[in-house]
Amino acid sequence: MVRAISFVIGFGFIIAVVAALFASLSSLGGETKETAQEALYKHPKELELASNGLFGKFNMQQVQRGFQVYQQVCSNCHSLTHVAFRDLRKIGYSEAEVKKIASDWQLKAQTLDTKTGDRGERPNTPADKFPTVYYPGQGNPPDLSLITKARHDGPAYVHSLLTGYRDMTAAEMKRFPEAKTPDGAYFNPYFPNLNIAMPPPLSEGAITYADGTKSTVEQNAKDVAAFLVWAAEPELAERHWIGMIVMGFLLVATVLAYGAYRNIWRDMKH
Amino acid sequence: MSFPWAQHYEPKNPVMKWVDERLPLPRLIFSAVGAGYPVPRNLNWFWNFGVLAGLALASQIITGIVLAMHYAANGAIAFDSVEHIMRDVNYGWLLRYAHANGASMFLAVVYIHIGRGLFYGSYKAPREMVWLLGVVIFLLMMATAFMGYVLPWGQMSFWGAQVITGFFSAIPIVGDPIRIWLLGGYAPDDAALNRFFSLHYLLPFVIAGVIVLHIWALHIHGSNNPTGVEVKDEQDTVPFHPYYTAKDGFGVGIFLLIFATFVFFQPNLLGHPDNYIPANPLSTPAHIVPEWYFLPFYAILKSFTFDFLWIPAKLWGVLAMFGSILLLFFLPWLDTSPVRSAKYRPTYRVFLGILLIDVLVLGYVGGAEPIARNVILGQIATAYYFAHFLVILPIVSATERPRPLPNSITEAVLKGETGSAGDTAFPERALPAE
Repeated sequence: MVRAISFVIGFGFIIAVVAALFASLSSLGGETKETAQEALYKHPKELELASNGLFGKFNMQQVQRGFQVYQQVCSNCHSLTHVAFRDLRKIGYSEAEVKKIASDWQLKAQTLDTKTGDRGERPNTPADKFPTVYYPGQGNPPDLSLITKARHDGPAYVHSLLTGYRDMTAAEMKRFPEAKTPDGAYFNPYFPNLNIAMPPPLSEGAITYADGTKSTVEQNAKDVAAFLVWAAEPELAERHWIGMIVMGFLLVATVLAYGAYRNIWRDMKH
Repeated sequence: MSFPWAQHYEPKNPVMKWVDERLPLPRLIFSAVGAGYPVPRNLNWFWNFGVLAGLALASQIITGIVLAMHYAANGAIAFDSVEHIMRDVNYGWLLRYAHANGASMFLAVVYIHIGRGLFYGSYKAPREMVWLLGVVIFLLMMATAFMGYVLPWGQMSFWGAQVITGFFSAIPIVGDPIRIWLLGGYAPDDAALNRFFSLHYLLPFVIAGVIVLHIWALHIHGSNNPTGVEVKDEQDTVPFHPYYTAKDGFGVGIFLLIFATFVFFQPNLLGHPDNYIPANPLSTPAHIVPEWYFLPFYAILKSFTFDFLWIPAKLWGVLAMFGSILLLFFLPWLDTSPVRSAKYRPTYRVFLGILLIDVLVLGYVGGAEPIARNVILGQIATAYYFAHFLVILPIVSATERPRPLPNSITEAVLKGETGSAGDTAFPERALPAE
């Protein structure tokens, strides 16, 4: 009885899925033309950063340079809402420097007088988070606090995207006339749909690094990627360090546990 | 319960004696997981996974309770409250990464535990109830894991909730009202988030309760073992403590090493980047995929692409997906072979091997892009999944000629037929005197 019912149900599902299989097989023949996205999209280039790998930690000088790039370029359009000014202490700025960075920040903290209902502004303090940027223009600049975790290969993606702007070649335009970059967008093969609303943000020498490093687009892109890794995972170095200690402890404990197991079972064939 | 030669609890410590006379809790523990529980001596490493699953649940409950102290189940601030945990709560990153990866570890351990049961026939009489309760635990875990994934209120959380609750709208006529009732709205929002949080907190304790029943039912007839032959006398068993507590100790060490590797060095490997983007009902992600542990079932759902017999493909998919899990409830009666262990079932073990590959293929298809090749692969794998349990298994178990079984566990052990090895048929000759 059980067997009869199971055969009926089993064959029911099998016939239904085999019917679907025939439907998919019969629709196979149709030639599918490669789309511009499939042909031109590129995965991010490898990026060497101190924070990569199992033992990765931050190169604080590079993270500070990256912060300068964020401060002078990215912050015009992109928020960093999960990071507070006080967090900059952790990348090596002194208390006084953090205070100054906060109070000099162009976008002020919003205030609301709960008595009068008046809205106003005041300078930022170290306790404030980076103020939210409201962007009225075309496009939707994402918040950058988590960008390296919110994209596959995050840091490499940031670096490749920032350095990947180019024009479509004549050959590409001829092959994919429908993929012409629309007005107000910029061609970038590292962006999933190839056309990004963000104009190329970096230019040679636009930033003067406080530590005297030569400022190139390549250098800016690398540094800001390093900074954004820190912004997304400020605990990264501590996590790796604690992880090492935990693994060491567990290895010793596991070896001891194995010894205990061998010892207890030594006279018991099993 | 248990065997006549099981040791009885005799407290040496006067305090324990005092407690035991008034509330025999020490006695209960002694007989359940102490020296008073005789266990087959030949269990292999696959028998570690029950204890590991219990450990994973305990870890999830502890980290989860602390996370709940800092989390806010409100659509406007849920995502930010998770980032607050990650950045401002002391070792909040450790708690959250341990909880998120702990769910994966729990499911991984339970899948191996289920696979062990399939291979060694642990679901067969007289242990059907152990198996049935296990399937209940598995269903509760899936519900808990799904609702937990919704709580961070990222893009995958929101769209995952949209897709999963959408299953109910496949039911004819009443489907849409049921879905709206379940969500408390037309789309996932505060009402849904709050009830998911409430249930996500409740269900682990329900799971713990069913685990007590699962272990209780297990102790009635004792553990199965790699030969599938029942315990016959005292020399077939060893006391649980210290033998299996020591063996489990090593297993726990290996488990924690793997767990810690994920938490400290690859905490986001098993997650999806899109869940670090706040939920946005106006922007659908390019690919909505569930967590890895749901991918085989997701592949079954997606394989039904044809309105067979005028039943909509979506309804077929939903029925098949739920059916693929619910059929496990009937396994003890679908498999009628008197032999438990697949070691002695030459035909069944071949099909079981194919099933393992089949589920891995389904897992791959579930996460892959739905191009024609993958869809076809998924449809073939889905057909085999149902064929295996509902057609092949009943036929094979009735027609297969099993290999001769050893007379006892001890005989198998002394012949060197340990649990994990054992391709060789057992020779039917008298044992040399020990």
